[in-house]
Amino acid sequence: MLQIENLRARIGEKEILRSLDLHLEAGEVQAIMGPNGSGKSTLAHVLAGREDYEVSGRVLFEGEDLLALSPEDRAAAGVFLAFQHPMEIPGVGNLYFMRTALNSIRRRRGLHELDAMDFLALAQEKMKLVEMDRSFMSRSVNEGFSGGEKKRNEILQMAILEPKLAILDETDSGLDIDALRVVANGVNALRSKDRAMLVITHHQRLLDYIVPDRVHVMTEGRIVRSGDKGLAIALEEHGYSGLERHIADDHPVPAGTP
Amino acid sequence: MTTRISGHVVEPRGLTSLRPRTGGGDPAWLAEARRDAASWAHEHGLPTRKDEDWRYTRLEPIGQVLFQPSAARVDHDLASIASEAPGADLGGTRLIFVNGHLVPELSRLTGLPEGATVTNLATALAEDGERLRPLLSSPAGPRQHAFAALNTALAEDGAFIRLSPGTIVEEPIELVFLSDPGGTALVSSPRSVVIAERGSQVTIVETHAGIPGDQGGNSLTNAVTELVLEEEAQVEIYRVQDEPETAFQLGLLDVRQGRNSRFTSHSFALGSSIGRYEVRVRLESEGAEVSLNGLSMSRGEQQHDNPILVEHAAPHCTSRQVYKGVADGRSHSVFNGHIVVRPGAFGTDARQTNRNLLLSDRAEIDTRPRLEILTDDVKCSHGAAVGRLDEDALFYLRSRGIPDEAARGILTFAFANEMVGLIRPEPLRAWVEGLVTDRLSGGAAASREAIVR
Repeated sequence: MLQIENLRARIGEKEILRSLDLHLEAGEVQAIMGPNGSGKSTLAHVLAGREDYEVSGRVLFEGEDLLALSPEDRAAAGVFLAFQHPMEIPGVGNLYFMRTALNSIRRRRGLHELDAMDFLALAQEKMKLVEMDRSFMSRSVNEGFSGGEKKRNEILQMAILEPKLAILDETDSGLDIDALRVVANGVNALRSKDRAMLVITHHQRLLDYIVPDRVHVMTEGRIVRSGDKGLAIALEEHGYSGLERHIADDHPVPAGTP
Repeated sequence: MTTRISGHVVEPRGLTSLRPRTGGGDPAWLAEARRDAASWAHEHGLPTRKDEDWRYTRLEPIGQVLFQPSAARVDHDLASIASEAPGADLGGTRLIFVNGHLVPELSRLTGLPEGATVTNLATALAEDGERLRPLLSSPAGPRQHAFAALNTALAEDGAFIRLSPGTIVEEPIELVFLSDPGGTALVSSPRSVVIAERGSQVTIVETHAGIPGDQGGNSLTNAVTELVLEEEAQVEIYRVQDEPETAFQLGLLDVRQGRNSRFTSHSFALGSSIGRYEVRVRLESEGAEVSLNGLSMSRGEQQHDNPILVEHAAPHCTSRQVYKGVADGRSHSVFNGHIVVRPGAFGTDARQTNRNLLLSDRAEIDTRPRLEILTDDVKCSHGAAVGRLDEDALFYLRSRGIPDEAARGILTFAFANEMVGLIRPEPLRAWVEGLVTDRLSGGAAASREAIVR
């Protein structure tokens, strides 16, 4: 579904992604872990179409050149980014925002648009997934939401837009254990054989709840290690610096519990 | 011919050479006041950018037109005006003026309590002119400018509202001013007077717009409204300026407030080529409160100017100003807000906020908050900001599939809607929302639903 080859991104002189390769198939959940500043969030934003970067390399999404598309066209093609820091947009109603988004995508795909009543019914159904009540929908987008509420609101959008590829950027950051469970349950409910997910996280904790098929470790703008879930646990043991030492010494970290 | 000599626009046959029409039924004092005002205007000429309050207004396009004063016309297509007149018909009393003159056939008085006098200025002058004398002579004061003087010289009609003590008018009173140059160049000079006596309350909705089927031409509306709030009176004025983008629109609202009175204004400046709406408020007695709100949206080559003067002349008065500007295209939007706290006005609480959204690289926004504090023990604050659409918010919307243009429209609407949301009469709010939405770029027509109420 997603093939990333030799992806590079820079802002001015600063190179953030350096030759990154990744393959993701439908139905898979892959995790990207890495220390702060390793380029994880940049990868997420580059895939979603953020225009601040100079990007080179190749990204194919279902065989199509993703990098040639605008952010809105990527969304219409089925790419979704759950933001680490969802924007607050005062004056724009949450319900209206999500309906406009869904209808924009549906219009692009030649589907009929949902009217307010039908959309409300759909939204209420999806809100159960993330245990949100209707009061969230009459507020401005993310305005005054707690950290946990913002993340739930992201997953709600994902549930409504039903993307083919969901990129979750630090979805666990700032969440207490209860909120984490709610968010993870929502994400797990959305796992399907037709959908791929790229879970970006700093901590192994999230991966206890959203169990990945594959784990990649990213440092300094490239993927330096890949393995199964055991790699995440090893990381938790050794830390990123420990892992980097292993790499430097050319001693691979054993998969699974040491 | 217009010649520019060292910053002064000299127009031998221009606006300031216009003379009051003779042969009217003016009382002698008014005829004299008109002559005085006309010669004052002629002597001083139009304001220039050397005048502090006019430094951002490009008046040259007005100076280049040879205007004639408007007269009451008899050949209006009343049926089409009646059916298509812009505005939100709120169902209550409604006066419709064309080129500054009341059209009685289109106007109606309804639901007014005893104690409310609503008529036109010409009638008020004919019936009880002497009582208007102090008001109609007042802009000849030290803060006069040529346009105020020209209004005094040329005004023949306008709205007249007087509320006797304790009178409460429940339904908003609508004043609709339509410009219809009919292929010529006309200056309309409506002069309105509102007197809210002790403890009275009223809401006024003032609309300025073109006429359906306008034949083109140049119109200049040079309107002056005088508002007096006596002790504990409460007045709210909504002003919607949606003139054709060929029209010139100059307005002056001069307000004097008595003890514990409360005045609120909401200005929506959308139309006209040059649109200037000057609001001057003098808080004359203890405990008066004023709240001035404004939204200006300019595009193309439009110029919008919002000069404000709030004068705290008595202790313990409160003033609030919240103005927002949105400038697109090559337009120019100005906020020039001046607060003066006179000696002895202790306990003053004055705040001013001006926030602006620049939608185009070629548009210009000037914001000029001025505080002049001549006494101790006051609370004053002001803040001004000019920004662009938030790129992060834009990316967020686009990443959800909302096209760029629509996303920009939604964010612009959200910015403007803070002011629109303050409108209390629902049909008026819906109408203004529609006007605002229509001005947004691409596909944002749906964004009127975005409102959070």
